[in-house]
Parts: sequence; structure tokens; C-alpha cells
Amino acid sequence: MRMENVVCPFCGCLCDDIVVEVRDNAITAVKRACANGRSLFLNTHTEAKHPTVDGREVEWPEAIAAAVDHLTDAASPLIYGLSSTATEAQRKAIALADLLGASIDSTSSVCHGPTSIGIQNQGEPTCTLGEVKHRADMVIFWGCNPSEAHIRHFARYSVSAAGSLTPRGRKDRTVVAVDVRPTRSARGADIFLQLRPGSDYEVLTTLRALLKGVTLEVSEVGGVRVSRLAELLERMKCCRFGVIFFGMGVTQTGGKYLNITELLALVAELNAHTRFSAMAMRGHGNVAGADCTLTWQTGYPFAINFARGYPQYNPGEFTAVDMLARREADAALIIASDPVAHFPLLAADYLKHIPAIVLDPEANLTAQQARVVLPTAMYGVSAPGTAYRMDNVPLPLKQVVESPQPTDEQVLDWIIERVKTCSA
Amino acid sequence: MLGIINGAVYDPQNGIDGEVREVWVEDGKIVAGGGIKRAGAEIIDATGMVIMPGGVDIHSHIVGAKVNAGRKFRPEDHRDHVRSRTTVARSGSGYTVPSTFLTGYGYAEMGYTTVMEAATAPLVARHTHEELEDTPMVDKGAYICMGNNHFIMKCIRDGHPEKAREYVAWLLGATKGYAIKIVNPGGVENWKWGKNVGELDDEVIGFDVTPREIISTLAWINDELGLPHVPHIHCINLGRTGNARTTMETIDSLGGRRAHFCHLQFLSYGGEPGTGLRSAAAEVARAVNEHPNVTVDVGQVIFGEATTMTSDGPLEYRLHKLSGNKWLNDDVEGETGGGIVPMGYRRNNPVNAVQWLIGLELSLLIDDPWRVFLTTDHPNAGPFFCYPQVIKLLMDRDYRAEMFEGIHRRARKGALLPELDREYSLYEIAVVTRAGTARALGLKNKGHLGVGADADVTIYRKLDDKEAMFAKPHLVLKDGQVIVRDGGIVREHQGRTLYVAPPYDAGIEEDIRAHFADTYTISFDNYPVAPECLSRSEVIPCA
Repeated sequence: MRMENVVCPFCGCLCDDIVVEVRDNAITAVKRACANGRSLFLNTHTEAKHPTVDGREVEWPEAIAAAVDHLTDAASPLIYGLSSTATEAQRKAIALADLLGASIDSTSSVCHGPTSIGIQNQGEPTCTLGEVKHRADMVIFWGCNPSEAHIRHFARYSVSAAGSLTPRGRKDRTVVAVDVRPTRSARGADIFLQLRPGSDYEVLTTLRALLKGVTLEVSEVGGVRVSRLAELLERMKCCRFGVIFFGMGVTQTGGKYLNITELLALVAELNAHTRFSAMAMRGHGNVAGADCTLTWQTGYPFAINFARGYPQYNPGEFTAVDMLARREADAALIIASDPVAHFPLLAADYLKHIPAIVLDPEANLTAQQARVVLPTAMYGVSAPGTAYRMDNVPLPLKQVVESPQPTDEQVLDWIIERVKTCSA
Repeated sequence: MLGIINGAVYDPQNGIDGEVREVWVEDGKIVAGGGIKRAGAEIIDATGMVIMPGGVDIHSHIVGAKVNAGRKFRPEDHRDHVRSRTTVARSGSGYTVPSTFLTGYGYAEMGYTTVMEAATAPLVARHTHEELEDTPMVDKGAYICMGNNHFIMKCIRDGHPEKAREYVAWLLGATKGYAIKIVNPGGVENWKWGKNVGELDDEVIGFDVTPREIISTLAWINDELGLPHVPHIHCINLGRTGNARTTMETIDSLGGRRAHFCHLQFLSYGGEPGTGLRSAAAEVARAVNEHPNVTVDVGQVIFGEATTMTSDGPLEYRLHKLSGNKWLNDDVEGETGGGIVPMGYRRNNPVNAVQWLIGLELSLLIDDPWRVFLTTDHPNAGPFFCYPQVIKLLMDRDYRAEMFEGIHRRARKGALLPELDREYSLYEIAVVTRAGTARALGLKNKGHLGVGADADVTIYRKLDDKEAMFAKPHLVLKDGQVIVRDGGIVREHQGRTLYVAPPYDAGIEEDIRAHFADTYTISFDNYPVAPECLSRSEVIPCA
């Protein structure tokens, strides 16, 4: 069977033109996908897996009971992850956090959480990716490397994509890369500014100062001559429609949300001269959806705590890394992410000392040391659902093969039901 | 079986004006009282109380991409405004941009049982519906923005309005939308060039069409398809000094076709640019009175915090530059755009005070309550839970006079409001908050208590202070079940999503597929919202 227009759930591009061929419930070919997407489809398991409790294979009811025991015994449970699951499951995870009085945080807190804070400070002039494809004649990649992280971004949306006002694609655009090293993405750029590490804020402030007509007494900022910055700024002011895509090179380096506040201020101010937008390069397939669901259910995009019976928001206090590093969580439910592989040692190490429950299609590093492992189907491959692209455009994830595993949503429903029964 | 007895019933659709009547409910519907086996029926004694159909809001921004962006970028709006979880209700936060559960609870606690989301970009309708699923208690629907849609503008340019008609029918079904929404026609497309439109005959860049042509074509399509509601129009020049002229020209331009003009307060400004804002409510109200084909809602300003959010991108940029407040913009490929700016309305600010006056003057000068509805364009002019305050302003001349004394003296000078003695009756309030809105929406089972109507019923204690009376109903029934008692949620209820699915010529899909390949970054197949995405829904028939 051949399925067309399948949405690849791997990264924030959510390419929805994938062709998948399936025979005997196995994926035999994947067309149009990048290496990341192809590997995701081809490596999805369809054999049945049992949940485990303390390393022992058990049936589902026993596993759910064990998970609920850990969660209800805890005084300060933490729910973390969410970015590689569907919004249907994210909504249930937030309902569970509300019910338990837990903290809930998504992987945003270690990638674009500072972007949310920047937006809260400053606002955000943005657009959908189709606007970039059809209108943008100036595209700036700042602290991101789509050639390796969002492989089809250039071709589908931003660089070589041909649109109504950009019929010749790459030839109709000025492409700029700003980074601390010459990345693969920077190689094809018309302009490459190599900044001294940690100087993004100074460079962005300089551009804002130049835009306001301030005369500077220095000739170089962040390792770049001011005259080059002035030249770049002139091009930005004179383009038809410009966009800055930015990544973790700006959100996770010194200054964090201050960098983003400055970047968004620059983009807002450029709109006095031409139209300019900014967009975060969201990593995981549905991390944008995690921001959306958390926001519509609680008011806040990440770092939320329900201990007082209502949502409180405080990055630095209720963010997962901070809660674990300060030993403030006493049980953890990890959904569709692998904090042991990615968190700082202090936080990752502490996860070994508290009961961890993992919902994931894969036996990742976190699952390997968790007390309860609940293997679920893979949204977008073996389960249908909804995911939000990096520009917050929602797309329907398809089921291309059958899975014997339940979905994250089903498992969370079972957990919620049992918590309600136990507390009734 | 449930009976509500001894209450004074206000059911304008059926001409009932405060008479003591019985209301009987079975299986979620209003049923006839005669011959009922009363033994065993649950009886609610409403002695001394007022019974009305559940409120129906015709224009409110409650869900979707724009509202959620507003929530996300305004944590300062939420911190002091929280609701704790209970055994029957979820927690949440937010004042002008509350979380979805809080929105549902807030409307129900105010006696409203149906709410229409006023503007959805079709590309993100899926998001709107996901949030509607998490908006409990009320029935709901969404208007679909079409006033800057590339496919429609190309059809108009090429002289194929019938193709646009088939497309609109397809689009409403694909997005599970309820009505055609037009926001600053052509102006949002021009904003993608950093420009706007200012006159009905200005050109939309790249399309060789005008705002006038977009409005008249969509008004024609609406009649052709027999949609239950009419085109829901946010005019050009919203918020601009002197915009009453283009508003009245737009009313005239319809040539007698039906339309609804939303938040008219923002569109009834007199004066010349640079000379300060003055009220043109009298002129605009006269135009509305003279055009029986037109309904309006007011968009009454509430003094206090607000969040402006609209698909009118150039307007929001202007508000950002005027206020210096933070600004969010989102241009949507091939369809529309939008922006958000936090706002506060102060009684000692002369402009805000004039805006407040204009809303009240419109409400009092438009004669027919079946054509002028109570809204605050939530959260643009103020939050929806301030409706009871507006009801008191409309019903109580003394309260109005007292508020008037507190506004900026420049706004008071020469104002029309003190001359307006009209006080709304309970009957008229029932019209402007439920019967009239339900009729304008073409919702035959809502806004009244006749046999066969949905059993959405609100019971108020009759109080002299109308704000207190309408803020905290004694009981609210949704689909025949008590969901609110003494102003508090007693049961969580999943309402229906109401949408239209007009038939269309399947041949149009080929054109739309080609348009998708040219315009969108998602495929045609991944665009429609499947009926399975809605857990509980009802298709409202077209004529």
C-alpha cells in the first residue's frame, strides 16, 4: 500500500509530502523524507512490548497501578517531556498534572523556553512558513543550522523554495548566516557573520542602535566590524520582506531570553521601514504543540506548577532541570523524551534516585533506568494524532502501520482514571 | 423530566414578556407542559425569579491561534486571576485572555450557553477546534476569515464569482466553520506590503480587486448558499478618527443584502484626523435604523484592562506605535493575518471616554433591539464577564449618569449621552443577549423557550441591582441539566460544536488543489478538519 502526503513527525518542519509504502504492516519505502525522517519511519517497531515494573515484564493493569502508586505517593511529582507526542496526549498530561497538583514542563525549557520569555517581554512579529516561501527576499539564520537539524527547511520553505514573489527561489533571496562557527548552513550564505561566542546580545543591540541612528564610538562588536553590521542593516531595511530564523545558538547562550528580547525588538523596529518577521527553529516534531496546549489549558507555555490547586508559572523554579538539580521532585513521569541523555549531569543523576515512569515508543536511556516503563505507539507512524509545525500550523499525523501498543493518550487516560478512583 | 414553575418568563421570540409560565424539559429539549405526569418530575420553584433562555454571544474571541498567542505573551494578565481545580472543574488562569476551561466556566456562570468565536484563519482552524474541545459548558462555533483570501480575490478578478461561491462552501465544510467573516477586506493583504486600504475602492495590491468587490461578492455568496448567519463584517479603517464615513458607505454598498457589522463602536468615530476623536454614533445609528438588512453588535468599552486582538494586522501595528505596548503579528499564507496589543481603557483618558460613550449611544439610539446586540468584542473592548455591568448601564439611567460624571471632562463636553433617557426593559435585555443573537445566527433551537428548543435555560433572582442580578444566576441549565447553581459550576458539561456544511460542486476541488500547490506549504489533503476531530457536534442546515 502506498500512502501519500504523510506528515513526518520528526522535527518542527513537519514536512507533509512524504510517501510511505507499507507491506504486511511493515514500512518498505519512504520517499521525499530527509535522513532523519526516513530513519524515524524505518526504525519504528511493530512487535508487541510489555510494560515493565522494576525491570520485570508485567501486564498493563499492574504497570498502571505501579505508576499511579508512585505518582500519588509523591509530594512533588514532575511531568516532563511532551515534545514528541501528539497534542491529544499533551492535553491529557496537563489534566493529570492538574489532578495531581504536579509540576509540568516540556523540552521547551531546555531549547526555546527563553524564546517564550522573550516574547512575553517584547511581543513577536511573525508569519507562517508560506509567507517566507512566497515573499521573503532576505532570510537570516541566526544561531541555527538547518542544513543538519531541519534538513528540508531550505528547500521547502526558506532558501531554494520558489514562491509567487520569489519565482527563482535561491536567486531571488539574500541569505545571511550568523553563528560562532562556519556551519554547513553558513557555507551557502551570501553573507556570513562569525561572532565571538557569547556576543549575540551586543551585536543585536548594536544593530538596534544603528537603526536608531546612534553614532557608535567603537569600530568592532562581537568580532565583527561595525561597518559590516551597518551594511547588513541597510540591506535589512531595504528588503521587501525579511525574516530571522533563530535557534539554540541564541536561546541557550549567555543572556538567554535577553538575547531573544533584543532580537524581537530589532525585528519589531524594522517594521517601521519594511516588513520583517522572526521565527524560532523548533526542534522536536510537536514541541510547538506542547507550548500551545500548555498555554490554552493553563495560560503559560512551560514551567508550570499546580501544587496550590491552580497553575503557577516560574521558569527557574518549576523548570525540570532546576527541580531535579535542587532535588525538589520526588517522582517523575517522563513522556516522549530522554532527559537522562540530555540533561546536565546533576539533574540526570538525580532521576536515578526517584521513581521514574517513562512513556515512550523506544527504550531510551531514561527508560533503561526507570522504575516503570510503559511502551507506547509512535504518533505519526503507528498512531494518528495532531502536531504543530514550528510556525504553529497544526497538521494531522497519520497512522501508517498498526501497533499492538496503546497510545500515550490511552495510557494517560488509564492513569487519570485510576488516580481518580484511588482518591475518591 | 424537569419543570420550572412560578417564574416570570422572558421569551421574546415567543412574545412572552415576564408572564408567569411553566417551562418543562425532557431529554435536553423544551417540551409542552400539558398532560405531563408531574408525579416523579423534578420541580424547580422559581417564585420571584426571572427565567430566560441561555445567553447567546454572537462575537467573542475565545479560542484559536490568535487568542492563544495572547495568552502566551501576557503572563502578567494571569498571575492574579486564577481558579483552583474542584472535584468537577479544571483549574486555570487569565483575566482578559483566560484559559479555555475558565472561559467555558465564566460564560456558564454568567448564564450564557452558546458562544461564537469571531475570527479563525482557515489554515489553523484545526487549532481552533482543539481549543473548542477544551472549552466546556457552552455550545460553540467559529467564523472563518475570508476577506483577504487569495482564491476568492482571484475569482473576483477573473470574473468567476460562482467559483468563489463553490470554494466558500467547500471551505466552510473543510474548516467546520459557522459563518463568513470579513476583516478589513484587502487591508490585511496590503499589510503584507506594509500598507493598508483606506477607501472602499482602493486596490488590493497584486489582485486588482477592491474592498467593495470583496464585500459585495461574499454577501452575494452568503445569500446563494443560504447560510444560517450573514456575512460578519469588520469594516475598513477600524479605530481611525473619521471612520464613520466609510462605515456608512459600507452599509450602503450592500445594496440591501443582509450583513452583520461587528463591534460598531470601533467604527463610529467622527472628527478629522488630527482633530481628536468625537462620537458619530448618531449618524451611524441612523444609518442602521434606515437599513433593515443590517444587524450590529456594539463592542462596548469597559474601563480597565483589555487585550486587543484581531486579524486586522495593520490596525494592531498602529496600536503598538500609539501605545508603545508590546506587539505580536502573524501573517498567514494566502489567507489573512493578525495582531495583538495589550490595552487599558481609562475613564480619565478623553479618547477612551469617548469610545465608552459611543458604545452606549449606539445601544440607545438604534431603535430595534433585534438588530443591536450586547458585546464587548471580548477581549478587545473589555472582558466578557463584564456584560452584567453593561446590562446595568443600559437598564439604569441613574447609574449611567453617575458613571458619566466620572469620565474625562473633554469627553463630557457636548456629549449626547445625558440626553438619552431610554432604559432597556428585561424583555429588551433578553433580546440583545439571546433572542436577537440566536435569530441573527439562524439558530432556530436557541434563544427561546418554545417547544423543541434546546433546554438551555437561565434563572436569575430578580434584584434591583441589575449588575448583581445578571452576574450570578440562581441556576443555569444546559441541555436540560443543571450546570451552575448560585453562580458556581456544579457539573462539567461538553457542549456541541456548531458548523455548516453547504453542498458544493465537487469539480471545484481540482481548482482548489491547483491553488494549494501554488499557495500553501501544506497539502490539500492535510487541510480539512475531519468530523471525528469534534467529539460532539451539530450541523446547522442551510436554507
